[in-house]
Amino acid sequence: MITAERKPLEEIINCVKPFERILLVGCNECVTVCAAGGRKEVGIVSSALQMAFLKQGKNLQIKEHTLERQCDPEYVEELSTMITGVDAVVSMACGCGVQEVARRFKTVPVFPAVNTKFMGASERQGIWAERCQGCGDCLLGVTGGICPIARCSKQLLNGPCGGSGSGKCEISPDVDCAWHLIWERLKALGLQDRYEQIIPAKDWRTGRGGGPRKIIREDLAE
Amino acid sequence: MKTESVLEKVIKSGRLAVTSECGPPRGAVAQKVIEKAEMLRGYVDAVNVTDNQTAMVRMSSFAAGILLKQIGLHPVLQMVTRDRNRLAMQADIIGAYTHGINNMLCLSGDHPQFGDHPTAANVHDIDSIQFVQMVRKMRDEGKFQGGADIQNPPKMFVGAAANPFADPYELRVARLAKKVAAGADFVQTQCIYNLEKFEQWMHSVCERGLHEKCAILPGITPLKSAAMARYMKNKVPGMDVPQQVVDRMAGVAKEKQAAEGIKICVEAIHRLKECKGIAGFHIMAIEWEQKVPQIVEAAGLYPRPQVD
Amino acid sequence: MQPFEPVIVAFCCHYCAYTAADMAGSQRLCYPPNVKIVRVPCSGKVDAIHIMTAFQKGVDGVYVAGCLDGDCHFKNGNIRASKRVVYVRRLLEEIGIEPERLEMVKISAGMGERFARIAGQFTEKIRKLGPNPVKRAESPAA
Repeated sequence: MITAERKPLEEIINCVKPFERILLVGCNECVTVCAAGGRKEVGIVSSALQMAFLKQGKNLQIKEHTLERQCDPEYVEELSTMITGVDAVVSMACGCGVQEVARRFKTVPVFPAVNTKFMGASERQGIWAERCQGCGDCLLGVTGGICPIARCSKQLLNGPCGGSGSGKCEISPDVDCAWHLIWERLKALGLQDRYEQIIPAKDWRTGRGGGPRKIIREDLAE
Repeated sequence: MKTESVLEKVIKSGRLAVTSECGPPRGAVAQKVIEKAEMLRGYVDAVNVTDNQTAMVRMSSFAAGILLKQIGLHPVLQMVTRDRNRLAMQADIIGAYTHGINNMLCLSGDHPQFGDHPTAANVHDIDSIQFVQMVRKMRDEGKFQGGADIQNPPKMFVGAAANPFADPYELRVARLAKKVAAGADFVQTQCIYNLEKFEQWMHSVCERGLHEKCAILPGITPLKSAAMARYMKNKVPGMDVPQQVVDRMAGVAKEKQAAEGIKICVEAIHRLKECKGIAGFHIMAIEWEQKVPQIVEAAGLYPRPQVD
Repeated sequence: MQPFEPVIVAFCCHYCAYTAADMAGSQRLCYPPNVKIVRVPCSGKVDAIHIMTAFQKGVDGVYVAGCLDGDCHFKNGNIRASKRVVYVRRLLEEIGIEPERLEMVKISAGMGERFARIAGQFTEKIRKLGPNPVKRAESPAA
């Protein structure tokens, strides 16, 4: 999923300061799962914003709404009935949701209330870790199901470097060495031979190197 | 003077400056660099050395620049943000300065998809405006981008590029203003064929007083043939070649097209000399360096002032 | 001018603090009437939004009273509650409300006397802090 973290309230407060009426929009997908921008967080941020402004004698009016999915135009359309009379939208979705709202409502300013972080997995309750960078040409099949692009600090395709120790990355003892994990996994699978095959230089065109990407499924597109 | 640069001295003297360019070879052949550069000797104040132009691997602009320096010419070190992060860029800047190179042109660079390594990753750690800021900070504050002090900071005369024709047109002057605010001492523009539109742009540039803070050198590229004119018009992003220029090239016999191209470019220089705010010309004769002396003379820009 | 009488909400776990409050009553122990008790099935049931809403409505102080460490009827509800209180204290701080207005306390069912003492001490602390700044701004006349 896409992970996100709430921005510092001060930053959100500064964004909405000039406005009287805002629409605070959450998303029921990834940001709900990572507890950053779902219905619950919308409620908390709404409450915090109102208190912050009440302290200064200002009654900020907030409409709260959480969409099923903020990155789909069909769901974003729901906001069209709520947006009248609103000075600004604050979105608690990932960057995709924020942009979809901005695209649909051209004359209303939209501010993000979360920082979109990465594509990751939940390691356990309350902890999420980066797993994928969307390079567009998955090589997990040759790296034992562990991605060196997302999880090696140097993105080495033929690691590990000389800096790792005790299975940890040189940048921090809190970061696992991806190549240590890959090696352990290859051993467990009996695929040690594979390690000595040189993985060739990557074609970054399938990733961000090729510019903004798009998927067109002719069979589905209207 | 901010630097020891001859280009800066010419510009500050109030005379029209002339720069040209030299694309390094695709191999370890120093002689090719020297041959190209020698054609320009005495006719230009500084020579741009391109950095992996059109995203094709070539001899590094740093190394080719040193070759120019060794034969007594004044290179403008072009550097793109596409291929290096800020560490490598700053290392090369102090390295180049160590070898006496004191002009730079800060660019973002063409996308790799246009070159011969389309699968390469883009670096773009910083963009061209941040790049100008970085080089200016290195010079004026003696600080690396990260904040640490530099011993004997590189005193670079900082250049940037501008395209008066790219879309959205209304942003063209504003973006130049950003580059000037970032610290650009001079600007070399995209090749100019649409003189009217350029003059309009220049008018807006002068209205904002940008020409007083930054030397504007319009880019001039002689057309070799009608085919080249058509190619520039249709295939090169951000290029504005009016139809009448293409027609004029196509209107003469094939063997006379090169001469016509030179004539068009000399006429353009004569006309733009009268344009307010121009500080000189950047003559980019692509793989046609031998024509630069002829153009410079015909344009009345010869001899070059002696400022040393 | 009338002396400031804080309004305090105590979210009390049914299995411990709430029973302790009951115990305090049956022991005829006095505790300030400022404390309004909200019974919850477990301190872990108390969510950030409940606490925020209380403050937004003008309450001057909130405490969450859960079981002693290791005694939670639902294993770790009290531990979760403690973490949530830390989280909300940080939120309050971010919007310029004294985090001291919110506390987590641990009480067993038999500790009637401790319940009364905490209620008294917390009320005193809030009295010193003064009214909730949100309420203060909302009704400047009061």
